[in-house]
Amino acid sequence: MSERKLVDAKNTFCPGPLMELIGQMKMAEIGDELEILSTDQGSANDIPEWINKVGHEMVDTFENEGVWHIVVKKTK
Amino acid sequence: MASNRISVMVTSGNREQLQMAAMVASVGAVMGNDVTVFLSMNALKFFIKGSSEKASAEGEMGILLAEKNAPDFMELFGQAVEYGDAKIHPCSMAVDILEVKQDDLEDFVSEPLGLTSFLSDAAEGQVWHF
Repeated sequence: MSERKLVDAKNTFCPGPLMELIGQMKMAEIGDELEILSTDQGSANDIPEWINKVGHEMVDTFENEGVWHIVVKKTK
Repeated sequence: MASNRISVMVTSGNREQLQMAAMVASVGAVMGNDVTVFLSMNALKFFIKGSSEKASAEGEMGILLAEKNAPDFMELFGQAVEYGDAKIHPCSMAVDILEVKQDDLEDFVSEPLGLTSFLSDAAEGQVWHF
């Protein structure tokens, strides 16, 4: 059973949240889902761009009270 | 995914310039590009191990970067190498002038590179200067 790991990257700026996500992705297993939290809107736009470019799977993205949540599934 | 070559020459000792260089290097590398960073002039001294010298702000933005918890440029350069296989080289002239060896520099810094090699590699791809 794959798990969803929360990556809290609130209160830092681009490209901090992306780098934190990549660091956690390296340690994750294929099929795992990671949910990154960011208060930086630039990162909320950039992270899906990176996911598409590298070829992982975008699962979900939404904003709640100033915090962006991006859920990604590691595919390789 | 096609990888492109990105060559980044860093000569400034200002925080803003070093930050932007580190952002281009790290994001460029994790997007799958083949990134080479060339450190020279006032930029190199910050990469000496144990250096306590802080890059000075050129303007308001540099002050805000420090106050608002933006990622540290040195950490971003390290992540460019760790997560994106970027190559970070000191300029061979600059190491001679500063009288430092590769071992004196941060572990993520590779061997010194001459300008001839850097320019030869940079001929195919994007070149950025900070």
